[in-house]
Amino acid sequence: MYSARDWREYPRRYRLEAGKCKKCGKILFPARLICPKCGAREFETEMLPDTGKVLTFTVIRTAPSQFTDIAPYAIAIAELTNGVKLTAQLVDCDVNTVKVGMEVRIEFRRVQTDAYSGILSYGYKFVPKWY
Amino acid sequence: MGKVGIVGYGCHLPRHRIKVEEIAKVWGADAPSYKKGLMLREKSVPPPDCDTITLSVEATKNALRRAGGINTAEIGAIYIGSESHPYAVKPSGATVAEAIGATPDIHCADFEFACKAGSEAMFVCLGLVKAGEIKYGLAIGGDTSQGAPGDALEYSAAAGAAAFIMGSENLIAESIDTYSFMTDTPDFWRREYEFYPQHAGRYTGEPAYFKHTCGAAEGMMKKVGMKPADFTYAVFHQPNGKFPMRAGKMLGFTQEQMEPGWLSPTLGNTYSGASPIGLTSTLDIAKPGDTILMVSYGSGSGSDGFVWKVTDRIDEVRDKAVRTRKLLDENLIYIDYGTYAKFRHKIKKNA
Amino acid sequence: MRDVAVVGVGMTKFGEIWDKSLRDLYVEAALGAIENSGVDHIDSMIVGCMSGGLFVGQEHLGSMLADYLGIKNLPASRVESACASGGLAFRHALIEVASGMSDIVMASGVEKMNDISGDGATYALATAADQEYEVFHGATFPGLYALMAVAHIEKYGTTRDMLAAVAVKNHDNGALNPNAQYPFKITMDTVKSSVMIADPLRILDCSPITDGAAAVILTTVDIAKKLGKPYVKITGSGHATDTIALHSRDDMTTIASATVAADKAFKMAGKTIKDVDFAEVHDCFTIAEIMVMESLGLYAPGKAGEAVLKGETALDGKFPINTSGGLKSKGHPVGATGVAQIVEIYKQLTGQAENGRQLKSNPKVGLAQNMGGSGGSSLVHILEVA
Ligand SMILES: [Zn+2]
Repeated sequence: MYSARDWREYPRRYRLEAGKCKKCGKILFPARLICPKCGAREFETEMLPDTGKVLTFTVIRTAPSQFTDIAPYAIAIAELTNGVKLTAQLVDCDVNTVKVGMEVRIEFRRVQTDAYSGILSYGYKFVPKWY
Repeated sequence: MGKVGIVGYGCHLPRHRIKVEEIAKVWGADAPSYKKGLMLREKSVPPPDCDTITLSVEATKNALRRAGGINTAEIGAIYIGSESHPYAVKPSGATVAEAIGATPDIHCADFEFACKAGSEAMFVCLGLVKAGEIKYGLAIGGDTSQGAPGDALEYSAAAGAAAFIMGSENLIAESIDTYSFMTDTPDFWRREYEFYPQHAGRYTGEPAYFKHTCGAAEGMMKKVGMKPADFTYAVFHQPNGKFPMRAGKMLGFTQEQMEPGWLSPTLGNTYSGASPIGLTSTLDIAKPGDTILMVSYGSGSGSDGFVWKVTDRIDEVRDKAVRTRKLLDENLIYIDYGTYAKFRHKIKKNA
Repeated sequence: MRDVAVVGVGMTKFGEIWDKSLRDLYVEAALGAIENSGVDHIDSMIVGCMSGGLFVGQEHLGSMLADYLGIKNLPASRVESACASGGLAFRHALIEVASGMSDIVMASGVEKMNDISGDGATYALATAADQEYEVFHGATFPGLYALMAVAHIEKYGTTRDMLAAVAVKNHDNGALNPNAQYPFKITMDTVKSSVMIADPLRILDCSPITDGAAAVILTTVDIAKKLGKPYVKITGSGHATDTIALHSRDDMTTIASATVAADKAFKMAGKTIKDVDFAEVHDCFTIAEIMVMESLGLYAPGKAGEAVLKGETALDGKFPINTSGGLKSKGHPVGATGVAQIVEIYKQLTGQAENGRQLKSNPKVGLAQNMGGSGGSSLVHILEVA
């Protein structure tokens, strides 16, 4: 992966920066140039909360080339406490124990490794919320 | 300049563990004698998506929770001490600073001095705050250390990180003084391009670990005019379970003084994270007014000594983030050697 | 707008076609359609292809394929809407003829998927999802449909047997299609014990990796009449998109793009789902067929699975779905799929379906639904006997 593409996403991947529409209050992750709900174009930066619950999930057993080393791995769509939904891996648990409704926390993890010599891509993953 | 010290502290540990028996089984080694000799039962293992940078970010988030809403843009320096920076060239600190929103008005450097790099970061941050150069300094000690397969180090090389935000207001623990002790002692090293470190066997003991740890501890106590009995707690670098206990007893400390910061029997050696993580678990149970001696050790060789005096604020902040003991003891995921070998990239694959 | 007809169709055998390249497959289907229709020329062609670039390293397909078709300086366009590229090509051909810009247009689709590794194909297909917010995290196409399946199971109690019944039914039909990649029957047990790909979807819940091409000739009803060959009328066309990322949708158990596209197509045709006799739908995964049946209004939400189990959508059921074998059995060369669906509708409406899979019910109205990504785009077409 060319590193510029990764770098451009740092605000979202590293800090969970979302955009809150100044007119209708909709929180968009990632932030956009125009609000899909009301059409307004002014946003303020808002950080996403770091906890939520699993809405749906799967276990990827046939993985694309970048992820074959960690398969099988769980992918979940979770709804965060402010209602924003996002997709990420759900790690640090037995993939066979993942359930809809499970409470999760967001942690900073390495998401992709570009072979042995390329860039390391970091971002968010879900982990079970156990404390 | 007034008081300086710790404004926020935090730890992060992977949940995965491997037992000494599991490693010994593979190499035909005698587990009971390793466990007794090293006073170590298991160690933490980073899963493939955890490295020094990710552990540092999570430890820092816990430190920020305890620092009580400081503006991360006011952090003027970030130093990460580690011997396992994910990149040979590209600073770990830059990623951590970006992740907490501390860029761009910040000084950043990655430190390396075997297992002493974390305490160096603490030492330098305290100095800069004291000099009035920065308002807050973020010091991190963390590692995902590697021991060569079959080597004694494989039983102990572990993963974890501790982060400290140093400042001059709202202190949790005041830095009373610091003292460092260092010589060129070739007990452990890793050459460029080599994957695993090498060590000089029993030479790593008396002339290396004990000489420098005890030298720094004695020098530190002399500098502040205190003796072992004057401290509530003492934390030493812990390459295994045995060394810190022996060093502490040689110096005149009791097991009770060392117990809260003595994590290696079930954590292993987190290298640059070792004594810093020990300090976090000690702060987790400390009371206002307690004094803590902390001494790190890094091969090559040197030790940094710190004397901390805990303030009233500890009661307010200790449970604003997860306690270190909880991370060490609860919800563990035990893995077998095959999984461990895969996690730690010890298996040769097609590129 | 002029009334438009489909006047001829062609397609290759779908499957692992090792000895044929993308251009060979395409030209074979295109020549088949041209000959089948009896036209002496085409005015332009539109090619649906998802990813010539990732699968075989070839873009600029309009130019290359017109060249190999041997028609110098032909206007040729390539359109892309992931797995709905074929349906989109058909819609653009329809627009071109209906508008009067051209009289005879070939709508076509092609994909050559077996020239790269399985990992590579998984990667290429995943480019239809949100790269930065789904694929970056390790989501795959089976994975995204599995997320929908789990949500559907959670909300409606959809069962493992209902999913398996879709695959079994489509293989029953595909066994009668000479162009199908997997022209054989399978059992419920085979599906349920096949290897897990993305829980709960197993390999036999998934459409395969396929090489193939399909083409159809569109012209005005007036010209079609003069050609003297069987033709069918295109009476409805609907196209809609939805959010690229699955997690951005309010309801992950329905395909909103299919609902909206179908509404538009029905409105244009002056019909409702009740007027339709059979359909080809985008069963890229078994759960997709169930969700699309509900999204088209054929069954209430949560009720489609049971209908499949009861055989209501079988060849002899009250509303046959995927008489061709669907993507599951016939194969899914992604860019060709939407056009191949039209091929089947044409054959059924003109009484030309092979091997005894011709519907006995004398169908008058057929519907084709083609879908891109996790439902980020849908095309719905309604065709009627002339
Ligand atoms: Zn808005």
